[in-house]
Amino acid sequence: MLFNIFLYILAVAALLYSFRRDRQKTKKALKMAWNSFLNMLPAMLGIIGLIGVILALVPPEVIAGLFGSNSPFGILLISLAGAVTLIPAFIAFPLAASLLQAGAGLTAVAIFITTLLMVGIVTAPLEVSFFGRKFTLWRNALGFALALVISALMGVILQ
Amino acid sequence: MKTVKKYALFILVAAVDIFLRWHYPAKGVVAIKSSMDYLEEMLLFIPPIFVLVGLLDVWVPRQIVERNVGPESGARGVALSILVATAAAGPLYVGFPVAAALLKKGCRLANAVIFLGTWATVKIPMLMMEIKFMGLPFSLLRLALTLPAVIGTGYLLEMILGSKRTEAVKEHR
Repeated sequence: MLFNIFLYILAVAALLYSFRRDRQKTKKALKMAWNSFLNMLPAMLGIIGLIGVILALVPPEVIAGLFGSNSPFGILLISLAGAVTLIPAFIAFPLAASLLQAGAGLTAVAIFITTLLMVGIVTAPLEVSFFGRKFTLWRNALGFALALVISALMGVILQ
Repeated sequence: MKTVKKYALFILVAAVDIFLRWHYPAKGVVAIKSSMDYLEEMLLFIPPIFVLVGLLDVWVPRQIVERNVGPESGARGVALSILVATAAAGPLYVGFPVAAALLKKGCRLANAVIFLGTWATVKIPMLMMEIKFMGLPFSLLRLALTLPAVIGTGYLLEMILGSKRTEAVKEHR
């Protein structure tokens, strides 16, 4: 919340300063901001709607159920869940903490968090529209591989 | 037709919402309520970020971006990309237009990837939440392992795409 306020103060201050220096440029900047907002709106509404559907159809209890077994297949499933789902941090971290408390393995929980943060399948179409297909594919593929490495290391070091 | 295509995902999701609301009211309520909560969150931080991107575009000259995070910026450019991204707010896809604007202004490709990677994994508001729930050792270790991974991804992606410049991204669209 504090962060939001800071962001607004920064934006308003910059806007006022810009307006005093050059009205025309400021108008252009605002028009640009508005246009990029309109451009992103359809994809954003889709993604936000999808998050709601995912949270309803795959409730935290179902994700928690994946953590029952520590088999390689279970781990793979968890990493895929992390890569595919898009869960906001304020839900994901409490969920991860409760999983740990319920006895889930640290590596498994770390895989869930790292893949969740480093791979975005749901947002890939939007990423493609900004940076192209090859960029998106490789950025996410590298993210997935590195997420597995990072969580394996975390499991070894912290356990 | 183009508008319909742009809104395809949203229309699909809305149809699923209506179906759920109808046949599984409990799930439907959860889906719609979670989306609304999230939308509210998003609308809160999107305006300042987009205004700042607009101002960056008209005021910051290409040379400044190029000098600080351009192809010749070296370690300083990497550090700067990380530093700015940790101060980010919002999910990664809000960072896409920011990184795209920087690339357009002459930011090095690796630095843009590092910026996105940092935005996704170590922005400060999120880190504070992680520490609260997962504890300091977990969060710090993840941070320590993630940063090199993010930097490595930046350089690897540059090698794969074959250029430090924006053109590499555009060519492969």
